[in-house]
Amino acid sequence: MDLNYSAEDEAFRAQVRTFLAENLPADLQEKVRGHLRLAKEDYVRWHKIVAKQGWAAPAWPAEYGGPGWNAVQRHIWEDECARAGTPPILPFGVNMVAPVIMAFGNEAQKAHYLPRILNCDDWWCQGYSEPGSGSDLASLKTTAVRDGEHYIVNGQKTWTTLGQHADMIFCLVRTDPSVRKQEGISFLLIDMKSPGVTVRPIIMLDEEHEVNEVFFDNVKVPVQNLIGQENKGWTYAKYLLGHERTGIAAVGRSKRELLFLKRLALRQQKDGKPLLDDPAFAAKVANIEIELMALEVTVLRTIAQEHQAPGPQASVLKVRGSEIQQMLAELMVEALGPAALPFDPAYLEGESEHAAGGDAEAAPLAAYYFNLRKTSIYGGSNEIQKNIIAQMILGL
Amino acid sequence: MDFDFKEEQQQFADALRRWIDKDYSFEARRKIVHSGAGVSEQAWQTLVDLGMTALPVPEAQGGFNGSAVDMLVVMQELGRGLVVEPYFATVLGAHFLALAGGQEELLEKVAAGGLKLACALNEPHARHALNDIVVRATGSGKDFALSGMKSAVIHGAQAGALIVSARTGGDQHDTDGISLFLVDADTSGLVIKDCRTLDGQRVASITFDHAPATLLGSEGQGWPLLEAGADYGATLLCAEAVGAMDALFAATLEYLKTRKQFGTPIGSFQALQHRMADMFIHLEQARSMAMLAAAKVASPDAEERRRVVSAAKARVGQAATFIGQQAVQLHGGMGVTDELAAAHHFKRLTMIGLTLGDAQHHLERFAAQPGFREAA
Ligand SMILES: Cc1cc2nc3c(=O)[nH]c(=O)nc-3n(C[C@H](O)[C@H](O)[C@H](O)COP(=O)(O)OP(=O)(O)OC[C@H]3O[C@@H](n4cnc5c(N)ncnc54)[C@H](O)[C@@H]3O)c2cc1C
Repeated sequence: MDLNYSAEDEAFRAQVRTFLAENLPADLQEKVRGHLRLAKEDYVRWHKIVAKQGWAAPAWPAEYGGPGWNAVQRHIWEDECARAGTPPILPFGVNMVAPVIMAFGNEAQKAHYLPRILNCDDWWCQGYSEPGSGSDLASLKTTAVRDGEHYIVNGQKTWTTLGQHADMIFCLVRTDPSVRKQEGISFLLIDMKSPGVTVRPIIMLDEEHEVNEVFFDNVKVPVQNLIGQENKGWTYAKYLLGHERTGIAAVGRSKRELLFLKRLALRQQKDGKPLLDDPAFAAKVANIEIELMALEVTVLRTIAQEHQAPGPQASVLKVRGSEIQQMLAELMVEALGPAALPFDPAYLEGESEHAAGGDAEAAPLAAYYFNLRKTSIYGGSNEIQKNIIAQMILGL
Repeated sequence: MDFDFKEEQQQFADALRRWIDKDYSFEARRKIVHSGAGVSEQAWQTLVDLGMTALPVPEAQGGFNGSAVDMLVVMQELGRGLVVEPYFATVLGAHFLALAGGQEELLEKVAAGGLKLACALNEPHARHALNDIVVRATGSGKDFALSGMKSAVIHGAQAGALIVSARTGGDQHDTDGISLFLVDADTSGLVIKDCRTLDGQRVASITFDHAPATLLGSEGQGWPLLEAGADYGATLLCAEAVGAMDALFAATLEYLKTRKQFGTPIGSFQALQHRMADMFIHLEQARSMAMLAAAKVASPDAEERRRVVSAAKARVGQAATFIGQQAVQLHGGMGVTDELAAAHHFKRLTMIGLTLGDAQHHLERFAAQPGFREAA
């Protein structure tokens, strides 16, 4: 056993750090570190910078434009990006639809979509969930009926993250209603500009427009947009779910937030001393820090099994990773106390230079705490993850 | 012993609930929250007509001399209905005036509904420590001038007059040398900046630059007054939180019975049943403590008052965090939208937790009472 990074790993880390120091625009870094909201252009700008370097899709095989990194290098990359405070490379194209296209798409699809995904020429979103089908995704009802060279799609998707910006959506649709629910599902790519597609915003509890409802009303989709075989979509969806699952632990991001929390608690005062010196508060922070240390090692242990197919261990990472993110934000709000009360959306959206409450660091944190309640709900809720642990790992 | 509410109390609650159901719906409230003023004059007038502003005021000033238990009933309904009008701030302000004495005319105005108050007790650096005061007061007799800054003043921009804590002596953290003042909102030397909060209320930051102020009570002796008033406020907030938790719990229970996944109501999953059971236990414990605080907040024994109110604010705060977070979780994606009242109850509960001392603050205050050790 050796829990140290190798000399090559450290050299790689140094290389990544240099790249980030030279290429991460200061305004983006400030937004990310300061918990401000990102605009579409922010995501795209950063993606294109990274793509130019050839690092936008760390997990892709070299033949499709991946950098050819091993799992430890990919982890270091993510860790350094989170540490620096880069905008995220959104997962919907690079990490979700692309692996499915690579594994199950035809040559024409690969040639068309993969380079565009790599370079962020299309903005992708994920059309899985429906109003009646969340945790029970396989019960989905959106239909696609073959009509000559097209599918006619009808139905509704929901919770579509950042779908308001999207050019393309990858959907699970029902192509055979007569068989067992998992067996009649297909994986379809749909152009968001197709006639009959309507996007309606869902405003979140922090008043952010982050998710959407997407309606399909007799939308004509060319059959070329079907991935793989008709009615095999559930298999592809499961493949996707098992892909690259260590990222959901968000260890790097939580490490940055832990530092933010500590700095905040050094600034905030209790009885004339820094709050971080208060034993009760320090104990809470220490508890999270230890939990996070453990999770990082658990992530590294998962990575070390790279040769095995990703398994249900990802559920452990999802549950604990989301809880740590939530606890960190909760402690930030606790550190602020009444200073967390003022809410200034214009400041959060970058439309105003000064926070109305007067405290730029504090201004976004209540919204941030409320927003992060999502992390234990999306991507398979924590209850569902625990069911997976109980059934698939523990055999209960 | 009797844990039931009296008939008149129940009538107050029923009247409020009918008004909220009819005229203060979730959608109506949303409009008010997003309006420029952030409060509704019409809603205020209804509260006045229903006797809510007269309720806490002494009879001699045209009020009903309502007890904290009467107020518990009222605050529970306002919490349930997510009412964002400046009622809490006004009642708390009136309580300070009544405690300090000598402001009968203003209390009459409050009772009649013609005056809203706000309490500027927080300072930007101070977190929950109400004794951590740097705002300075200079002057003599009853006439002083205030300089410095107060923050997170609930409904500070909607009030006609402010109750302000300031320092006439002592060092930053001393309890000696604190005085309470009355400041007219229209006076010179005052800059009031209004800001929304995510739970639909308003807070102000207020800068005083030699702002004229009238001394309440006696100079330098304001701390016992400040503590007693803040305990009364915390008691009101506990009651409001219980109302909000009641509503949130009921909505979540209903959701578990109606939302289906895997062909069955999600309430049939044992993991969720146990979660609901835990929430129920929290709610009952919180309700007990809110009642205890209301029953004891007027106790002449200051230590008993502090002990009970801090116990209540701590326990209610813990329950509010658990119930709020879990209710959102059990609603799935719907729980994190602006569309359902559930998220708004969660947000209100969070902000109540941050107001007049969070759970940790009150745990520590509870443990710091002399009796905590002496009983050992
Ligand atoms: C911010 C956000 C972004 C999202 N982005 C996307 C996106 O881009 N694309 C997309 O397709 N989807 C997206 N989702 C949807 C997300 O995957 C679903 O919200 C999630 O799967 C839960 O489904 P639901 O909301 O319908 O909740 P439900 O399934 O109705 O669950 C309600 C509650 O019941 C619990 N529950 C359900 N079944 C069980 C069980 N068997 N045992 C125990 N408990 C159970 C759940 O854990 C939850 O607490 C997003 C959601 C959010 C909140």
